[in-house]
Amino acid sequence: MSNTHAAPLLFELSKPGRRSSQLPRCDVPQIALDQLLPAEALADVPPPLPELAEPDIVRHFTNLSTMNMSVDTHFYPLGSCTMKYNPKRNERLASLPGWLDIHPYQPDPTIQGLLRLLYDLQADLAEISGLPEVTLQPAAGAHGELTALMVAAEYFRDLGQQRGKVLTPDTAHGTNPASARMAGFETLTVRSTATGCVDMDDLRSKLDDQTAVFMITNPNTLGLFDSQVQEIADLVHHQGGLIYLDGANMNAILGITRPGDFGADMMHFNPHKTFSGPHGGGGPGAGPICVTAELGPYLPVPIVKKQTEDTGADIFSLDYDRPKSIGRVRSFFGNVGVLIRAYCYIRTHGASGLLAVSQNAILNANYLLGRIKHFLAVPHGDRCMHEFVASAEALKHDKGLKQPAMDIAKRLIDLGFHPPTVYFPLTVHDALMIEPTETESKETLDAFAEALFHVTGESAEMLREAPHTTVISRPNEVLAARHPTLKWSPDA
Amino acid sequence: MPYFLNNQEDQQAMLAAIGATSIDDLLESIPDSMRLKRPLDMRPPMSELELTQHMEQLAQRNAQGTKHRCFLGGGSYDHFIPSVVDAIATRAEFYTSYTPYQPEVSQGNLQAMFEYQTLICQLTGMDVSNASLYDGGSATIEAVLLSMSVTRRHRKVITTTSLHPEYRQVIQTYLANLDAELVTIPTAGGRLEPSALSAELDDQVACVLIQHPNFFGNLEPVDGIAEQVHQAGALLVSVFDPISLGILRRPGDLGVDVAVAEGQSLGNPMQFGGPYLGIMACRERFVRRLPGRIAGQTVDRRGRRCWVLTLQTREQHIRRDKATSNICTNQGLFALRAAIYLSWMGPHGLQETATLCTQKAHYAAQRITERDRYNLKFAAPMFKEFVIQDKQGQVEQALKKAHAGGCLAGIALGRWYPELKDCFLVAVTEKRTLEEIDQLADCLPD
Amino acid sequence: MKPEDLLFAETHEWVHVVDQDGSKIATVGISAFAIEQLTDLVYMELPAVGTILATGQELGEVESVKAVSPLYSPVGGEVIDVNTALPDHLETLGESPYEAGWIAKIRITDESGLSKLMDYAAYQQQCAAES
Repeated sequence: MSNTHAAPLLFELSKPGRRSSQLPRCDVPQIALDQLLPAEALADVPPPLPELAEPDIVRHFTNLSTMNMSVDTHFYPLGSCTMKYNPKRNERLASLPGWLDIHPYQPDPTIQGLLRLLYDLQADLAEISGLPEVTLQPAAGAHGELTALMVAAEYFRDLGQQRGKVLTPDTAHGTNPASARMAGFETLTVRSTATGCVDMDDLRSKLDDQTAVFMITNPNTLGLFDSQVQEIADLVHHQGGLIYLDGANMNAILGITRPGDFGADMMHFNPHKTFSGPHGGGGPGAGPICVTAELGPYLPVPIVKKQTEDTGADIFSLDYDRPKSIGRVRSFFGNVGVLIRAYCYIRTHGASGLLAVSQNAILNANYLLGRIKHFLAVPHGDRCMHEFVASAEALKHDKGLKQPAMDIAKRLIDLGFHPPTVYFPLTVHDALMIEPTETESKETLDAFAEALFHVTGESAEMLREAPHTTVISRPNEVLAARHPTLKWSPDA
Repeated sequence: MPYFLNNQEDQQAMLAAIGATSIDDLLESIPDSMRLKRPLDMRPPMSELELTQHMEQLAQRNAQGTKHRCFLGGGSYDHFIPSVVDAIATRAEFYTSYTPYQPEVSQGNLQAMFEYQTLICQLTGMDVSNASLYDGGSATIEAVLLSMSVTRRHRKVITTTSLHPEYRQVIQTYLANLDAELVTIPTAGGRLEPSALSAELDDQVACVLIQHPNFFGNLEPVDGIAEQVHQAGALLVSVFDPISLGILRRPGDLGVDVAVAEGQSLGNPMQFGGPYLGIMACRERFVRRLPGRIAGQTVDRRGRRCWVLTLQTREQHIRRDKATSNICTNQGLFALRAAIYLSWMGPHGLQETATLCTQKAHYAAQRITERDRYNLKFAAPMFKEFVIQDKQGQVEQALKKAHAGGCLAGIALGRWYPELKDCFLVAVTEKRTLEEIDQLADCLPD
Repeated sequence: MKPEDLLFAETHEWVHVVDQDGSKIATVGISAFAIEQLTDLVYMELPAVGTILATGQELGEVESVKAVSPLYSPVGGEVIDVNTALPDHLETLGESPYEAGWIAKIRITDESGLSKLMDYAAYQQQCAAES
């Protein structure tokens, strides 16, 4: 049971002389430290960390944990984040000593089991995306985006082409333009039409032979599949440019359609979303990317490769000999722990299971959309893929609320639901972006729809003052940003 | 499928409510020409039991710590992980939650982030820390980008060959697209010669990056470097080893402007290189250029102390193409693990751990070099890692023999340093016993 | 100063130009309308004295909790003075946008941008259209 009164900081619990750690005695012959290391390098005292006994630590953090909503405790329809159930088997199987206790520089012959797994995962991602070349190195979706844009930049350099522009739709995640900028490109924004898809006229007017990449999220952040994507790809390819698919919304199209088949040249996966890696309070994730055969040589090193011996035995190794590679985007191989969970998830489902994942995600989203549209506007139509965006703008006028989407979000907390994503995408006013995922029941969706209906009928005061049931309510963000207090200090 | 809840009856009822006859009806927006007309070509689904057997079988094909003594380092270390770390971090409320966008239902994560930031400041002596980045390599490039933004010098960055070669590769990969140059100063003696630095420093340099202890395990001559770098108007970025700060002077006390590190040693398993923890801390005046998430203290509307994500205008979702970094998450779970680890260690535990590492590394170096075939390559002082030279120049053979004798004895350096192709890097943590170190010395061939 | 005496940029900066010792000096600030739209300012960045700015170049920025607004220089020239008290007293921007809330003084070397500016009446029309 939650003990919400027990939340002092670790540092306030500290008491001189308390400690948890007990180290073994030194079993090698000891030499005074100042004989081993120069005096000017040594600190006079150890760092002023808190002094705590183990029971202090356990109770402290356990109590903190109970102040979080999580997938295991609550419906968590946070749009764009795919907060699906995180299978327990994946946690156990990713924690076998055979994975945890291996060093990144162990020789290849000592890690054949892992390399086989990673090789098979590369192949699975290639099959799901329809793009044959894969790197598992990037550490997050945004990191995958950046890696792909660097691959594109290197590809054009290699071709001797100067292309400085990246186009992104106005509905794109903020990471798209930020990644493009970091890969050395200028970005131009392409407008969306009233139906939420790319405005083709605007695209045509901005597309030219200076365009390196068009970045598209499909299904887009409104939860719509842009059926013009093939036409867009043809236009961009005709100008010699590349199509990047932001794979944030892959949960909608597994086994239904493949980015490589509708014109994408590069894409990233978010295994922590699509393939159920837990989100860990904000990470770790991973951001593997898949590209066409033409772009394969530019991927970061290393890549897992397989050789079949005369005996029929498969030998796996890390291939560093890739002269056209962009190099590296991080140290070591990648976020292997997250990749192992993704592998477990894919192996659990197989082709039929993955297809069913997307089908059920789409069914759940459409069902919820159907229930909600009667009392909240859904500006982009009656159908969606795996998520949809409602607008609370009407409550601005009806109830005189300044931030109706935020107020609804806060009130849903009182009723036991994690709020949807709010105020994104920017193209919908007072947006509530709702992604139920496939691992929720009709009963949960019904309960959520009823709660949302109830909330929209409540008084302005009830909403403005929400949440009423939490340990704290509406932190002062202006104070936090104006006078940043970013650490505890003894004299504060 | 074990994770779906709606049965056929539910599905039919849902379709009827929507006004569709089949799920396929819902896919009208995907043109037929784009549909995949066949099942994905994948292996059949597995039950939990089958998957468990399969995974155990694969995992057994790896040689891990229970089978071999690990003396490998180079940025990933076999340090001890206390039980409390897993016991707490595997609580579902931590690992199945996401970024604390809604502070009222994320106070646990936010407070833990704030505590992590405080612990990192205490550890490093720096003013402010973010809530973590991907890993040591990405933290290092972010420090470079921060330096460029702060100094408005976008063309030149200096480092040494004693900086982790993969971190240098990361910097090079990023800078290739930003039209900036990475100058790498050679370190023939295993560490920087301060005079070599003066020769390269000019008014174009955004920052100087050093690693201390460096990739070879040696301590850099950090005294006075900060002054030299600051005189040139550049920033000093230091890549540190978190465990070493149990006994070494802290970056903040050495005049460092941005301190970054691989935080894997703080309670995180090696797991073949990731996920890890990118630590990044800096001086107060750079806080608005610090990338990544940051938790801040404030009060709620009833005056209660609480925590929120703050300074969000630095972030890509607001700045979009003006952002100086595209990072939009932190490694929440691994920052939590580091926070638990550091609170468990406390000042004295960390000091003792660091001391054990140093004592054991020196003993190992002495034992190995008692053998005629092996020399210590560098004379510089070292913390827990050192470079051994094989006089026969047969590093591959030596490491193979040692492996047969039960030890992963070291990392061959030739892949990054042609001039060190007769050398390997040995790391010794507090976990290695006298017996294991003796075994290492004995299993290396004559 | 009264807003009626000022010129306004489409991006909400105001300018007041005076002759001083043979050169033209522009005082630059942000309009009351823009401050109100941004709500709850938390931070601002000023240019350094001595900075040479081209017309339209970024002069500094103001931040609220969830938005950043760059300030663009309506003229080209050298920054000769900045209102250093402002960042610590952001409320001044709202209380006295056209007097105490001035941001920077620029010695003009390129006044071509001035011809693109609006008078107060035209600017008010723009604001009405935006709100």
